[in-house]
Amino acid sequence: MMKRAILAALFGVLVLAALVIFLNLRGEDEMHDALPTTPAAAETVSRGAYLARAGNCVTCHTDRGGAPFAGGRAIETPFGTVYASNLTPDKATGIGNWSADNFWRALHNGRGKDGRLLYPAFPYPNYTLVTRADSDAIFDYLRSVPPVQRANRAHRLRWPYSTQAALAVWRALYFTVGANHEERTQSAQFNRGAYLVRGLGHCSACHITRNFLGASSDMMDLSGGLIPMQNWYAPSLTSPAEAGVADWDLAQIEHLLQTGVAPRSAVLGPMAEVVLHSTQYLLPADLRAMAVYLKALPQTHEHDAAPVVTMSARMAERGAKIYDQHCAQCHGDKGEGVPGAYPPLAANRAVNLAVTANLVQVVLNGGFPPSTAGNPRPFGMPPFATVLSDADVAAVISHIRASWGNHAAPVSEFSVSQQRDTTGS
Amino acid sequence: MAVAMFSAHAAQFRDDMAQRTLACTICHGKEGRAGPDGYYPRIAGKPAGYLYNQLLNFRDGRRHYGLMARLLDTLSDAYLLEIAQHFASLDLPYAAPPPPQVSEAVLQRGQLLAREGDAAAKIPACVRCHGPALTGVVPATPGLLGLSRDYLNSQLGAWRTGQRKAHAPDCMAQIARQLTPQDLTAVAAWLAAQPLPMDAHPAQALPRPPGIACGSAMLPAPATP
Repeated sequence: MMKRAILAALFGVLVLAALVIFLNLRGEDEMHDALPTTPAAAETVSRGAYLARAGNCVTCHTDRGGAPFAGGRAIETPFGTVYASNLTPDKATGIGNWSADNFWRALHNGRGKDGRLLYPAFPYPNYTLVTRADSDAIFDYLRSVPPVQRANRAHRLRWPYSTQAALAVWRALYFTVGANHEERTQSAQFNRGAYLVRGLGHCSACHITRNFLGASSDMMDLSGGLIPMQNWYAPSLTSPAEAGVADWDLAQIEHLLQTGVAPRSAVLGPMAEVVLHSTQYLLPADLRAMAVYLKALPQTHEHDAAPVVTMSARMAERGAKIYDQHCAQCHGDKGEGVPGAYPPLAANRAVNLAVTANLVQVVLNGGFPPSTAGNPRPFGMPPFATVLSDADVAAVISHIRASWGNHAAPVSEFSVSQQRDTTGS
Repeated sequence: MAVAMFSAHAAQFRDDMAQRTLACTICHGKEGRAGPDGYYPRIAGKPAGYLYNQLLNFRDGRRHYGLMARLLDTLSDAYLLEIAQHFASLDLPYAAPPPPQVSEAVLQRGQLLAREGDAAAKIPACVRCHGPALTGVVPATPGLLGLSRDYLNSQLGAWRTGQRKAHAPDCMAQIARQLTPQDLTAVAAWLAAQPLPMDAHPAQALPRPPGIACGSAMLPAPATP
């Protein structure tokens, strides 16, 4: 009896393992390792350069001060540190020995040339939608950049996340090899936008609501989430209360992606990097396509019950005083801002977000929107980390969230202090 | 009535570089005259090439300060140069130096190192490169006066340990590694105690070539209109 139960359990494990292996390898094309023998056509290389911009490969695959695409940047995750790899065509340390098929399998299936499963910090759950022609063009472009000898650094992940078996289970649960399916009922513009937003642009890599395994049942979800380890909240693109753009003009959406600023907004933090390295270079037709798609995203109108938490009179007084001393000079006595320079704080969605990580980031660390061709000399927000205590930061943010028509809950000193500790400021 | 709606604060907005660089002056003091404790150094009036090099050094990881690096991450080379030129163009008075906190012997050693150097220890005089008045030399050599002792100590220390780097060849790293801790303390103490001369501007040229090569950034190509 006992023996039969053990045998049954063993059999179950074997079936599960076979299933995981099957789920990890399905959808793979036959692969050839032969290296390209002819240099790529100049036209393909320049198309690949453009697509690499659209995919923002350079931001993660370049270390601070390092050669472009030579890798080494540490990507912090809740499971440990992943180091971006060298994408230059160096034969020993880069992808100089890769074939177009090898590159395609990495992008499309999330497996390296050596067969190892890749960590999804490399956003192949999105890139799996990229077409073979685009993959080949990006590969041709990467073969054309100067080779840099720089050995890849081994990831530093905690057990069990460091094992290929754990990664295989994760992939069996959350990764499906995809393809770019066009919706026939939609315009070509919409479909092009969907391809850029969901695929190459990998917007959902940040704007996703993640579970404890860093995943979502829908890896294309754009309903907003805290970017792991960075303490920046990528707001929901499907909520009019957050960063949904259903009621924006297309031109405003394009302007934000192209220049980093829009009439009432500016991008900071990780999104500033996206505009700086990627979207500012996109062709007007592609920006229009992305805008059309983003504007058409179904919006969820959650009933936002007004928070009843109020701050103490002392905190309110302190917040108002600090606002007057440090903030009003630029943002105005009534949070009205200065058009073209400083965003208004009154009735600003970013100010009223339930997640306050971005506000604390901006007050502590300051920041500039990106220098782009359309906004080459941005105005900056000073960092107040050295000037204001945690209690001051909490008070002034709470004051702003309760003034001029804003009605969001106060921020605690504790949450500011937690965030100061984790951002090292 | 409409006029009354404009607050006193809003009227202060000016579309200029001082406005654009409020993110700098919150730490580096009003108009870049240095922060109150001197740890955030004066940037006003330093040569533009020097300031530009430092901005790139922070952004590209040759100098390490998280707040600075994060602020600069999204700015173009051309804009960083403009920011450097803005602070370089400011001609502002200096505060009197604080009285020295070290013995006369230490100050004398510091003065000797700054003015004459120590050939036996392979330490060139500060004045060889930083100008006879130690107010710097255009385009990229900083003045050494008007800085706090804490700042000078920490920077020379960081250069010795490799924490602070410059573009190759990193001349200052070579020199800092020759300094003993005692010499480092002495020269920092003496420099921090010196008042600025009447003409506090960087020199236009050195009287004789410095005899050591120092790296510097390439300037960005002028923006095409």
